Amino acid sequence: MLNRTADNAARATPEPLARKIRGISDKGLAWLFISPTILLLLAINIFPLFWAIYLSFTNYRANRPNEVVKNLGLSNYRRILGDQDIWIAMQTTAHFVFWTILLQTVIGFTLAWLIDRKFRGHAFWTTIILVPMMLSPAVVGNFWRFLYEPQIGLFAYAISFLTGIAPTNVQMLSNVELAPWAIIIVDTWMWTPYVMLICLAGLRSIPEYIYEAAEVDRASNWRQFWSITLPMALPFIMLAVLFRGIENFKMFDMVNLLTGGGPGSTTEVASITLKRQAFESWRTGYSSAFAIVLFVAVFGLANIYVKALNKVKQR
Amino acid sequence: MKSTLKLALGLASAALASTAVSNAAHAEDLTLCWAAWDPANALVELSKDFTKETGIGMKFEFVPWTNYADRFLNELNSHGKLCDLIIGDSQWIGGAAENGHYVKLNDFFDKEKISMDDFVPATVVGYSEWPKNTPNYWALPAMGDVVGWTYRKDWFSRPELQKEFKEKYGWDLAPPTTFDQLRQIAEFFQKRQIDGKTVYGASIYTERGSEGITMGAMDVLYSYGFQYENPKKPYEMDGFVNSEKSVKGLEFYKALYDCCTPPGASNSYMGEGVDAFKSGQVAMHMNFAFTWPGLQKDENVGGDKIGYFANPKGPDGDQFAQLGGQGISVVSYSDKQESALKYIKWFANKDVQAKWWSLGGYSCLNSVVKDPKFPSSQPYAQAFLDSMAIVKDFWAEPSYAPLLQASQKRFHDYVVAGQGSAKDALDGLVKDWTQIFQDDGKM
Repeated sequence: MLNRTADNAARATPEPLARKIRGISDKGLAWLFISPTILLLLAINIFPLFWAIYLSFTNYRANRPNEVVKNLGLSNYRRILGDQDIWIAMQTTAHFVFWTILLQTVIGFTLAWLIDRKFRGHAFWTTIILVPMMLSPAVVGNFWRFLYEPQIGLFAYAISFLTGIAPTNVQMLSNVELAPWAIIIVDTWMWTPYVMLICLAGLRSIPEYIYEAAEVDRASNWRQFWSITLPMALPFIMLAVLFRGIENFKMFDMVNLLTGGGPGSTTEVASITLKRQAFESWRTGYSSAFAIVLFVAVFGLANIYVKALNKVKQR
Repeated sequence: MKSTLKLALGLASAALASTAVSNAAHAEDLTLCWAAWDPANALVELSKDFTKETGIGMKFEFVPWTNYADRFLNELNSHGKLCDLIIGDSQWIGGAAENGHYVKLNDFFDKEKISMDDFVPATVVGYSEWPKNTPNYWALPAMGDVVGWTYRKDWFSRPELQKEFKEKYGWDLAPPTTFDQLRQIAEFFQKRQIDGKTVYGASIYTERGSEGITMGAMDVLYSYGFQYENPKKPYEMDGFVNSEKSVKGLEFYKALYDCCTPPGASNSYMGEGVDAFKSGQVAMHMNFAFTWPGLQKDENVGGDKIGYFANPKGPDGDQFAQLGGQGISVVSYSDKQESALKYIKWFANKDVQAKWWSLGGYSCLNSVVKDPKFPSSQPYAQAFLDSMAIVKDFWAEPSYAPLLQASQKRFHDYVVAGQGSAKDALDGLVKDWTQIFQDDGKM
């Protein structure tokens, strides 16, 4: 049946076109097919990257198109590396990335391990746990802002119920000490299921016979966990950490919705600083340089991490 | 058969003709860009008269305040043709003029005999002129606005509260005339139980993202003696921005935030302020005058329950208020500049301006605001007049955006996050602003 269809298609192809296609090698045909993708990639990824690199050496401002663009050499980079506010933003980002990843990995792996027990109704609970991840960050940011509201928010009332502190004193988003944790809590709530899912895939990939062999050797549950479960799931855990690390390094939406970087600059992560420089202060050249610095930092760290991941996989 | 064919052809021709006419009409439609707020709705209503008179249809592009600057500055910077007319914020005027976004209106004003002397002087300087205080006009003053205060008249007039207040502070509970009095009132109401509800002293601007905390802090700083620059030497800011008086003003603003605002009010601007007042949370409320018509009509806090007052005086008796409001400009990238200018001409008309005020817009035309009936035309009219007489505005330089971002950061870091001292914040601000002007080649 398929052959007949192919024959029909071949017969229906106009002779000149058929001759032309026949003249193209397999490699040529492959290039023909992937060239639209490559062109698109060049247009929307590679060209903007090189353009941003060019702009990073200039004083260009997107809101002043008529102004003469001056070449500043490395001046923007020098200013960034010496700018205390930038370093504070980087520290805030590092603090946020560290704690979110730590909490998400620990809780995510624990949940995956529990779900992997295959208790009654585990499929239902898996779905329930995954719900936060399926919501839009805009929705999550907005409703957590209401939950954190000291006068009407449920979070403040829950804390008040548990600790006896007046709800109006639980100012999660206005308090300098609490605001970073408010964001960490929301990010952990939303993205732990994602880490859980990856860890669950890792746990399910461990062959059953290894545990059976361990049982025969009378290995305790604790021993099985440390010698089989954790090492074999480690590449998956590391992969989850890599994905979340990259995502959280450029975290913008949640911070913007919950605190806008405040109070003061307490939660101003690098992406918020970058947005302010680029689209509020319109320092396009400067912000391009900052974007390049961030790109190099993420790219460098991700590369080191991937090498470590490969080593773990080869073990 | 022939007659049926004729009828069909006739109908088809009529349909084609009507489509052509309608297309021609649509081609003349003007798009006016502004912020999405109450006065914009009043303008939609008002503009129906323009369409009636000229046959030119009006379309509107209104964007919420939080995205207003981003959206329309992007539009102007990219030379977009979306807006034929734009009611742009007062601080945009320098950049819009220097970058050629707005059509210069001097020749048009001369031709149509529209005189800037007919408008409130502060609004002409604030909304139309660039460079400031020179007769170069880029907009027609459209919407006068200024930061002022509303208060709960019903609470202020309760005998038991008046008695307690007098005993505590030694003067009658009434709208404050100085900032010290304002703070005493705010302290008095803070966490007080009124009608079984906990209420708070005042709602003030603390927003970090756009311009909120700068508008609020400056509203106080001006009356404490803050100056942007040396009046004799432009761009010399050291000793003016960070003068002792300015430091005292910023310390006052922080003290007011710490003592007397509702819990969690660390990112409040116009909307949050209105919410706090409408929900009966606060005794006083700092906000732009455009919010007053809406509050006056509010069932819970409006009518006899609300009162208005202009910004109080500082310690040396100086009294200033932060200018808001906007002028209307013709976008230089528009293909319909002629029709857009017709709209400006129509809008400048005395009767149209009078109707603008009656619908809830704030006219800047002298003949409207200096009408003897004006102060009694609305309960807030007198406070508006008092406030417009004492206005000062933020930098309107082409670099206003980075200048604003710097003040947003410095003020929020100090007032809300409590980092450093007021002196540190203002010294830092001088440093930031100096760097910006140096980058611009102005220093």
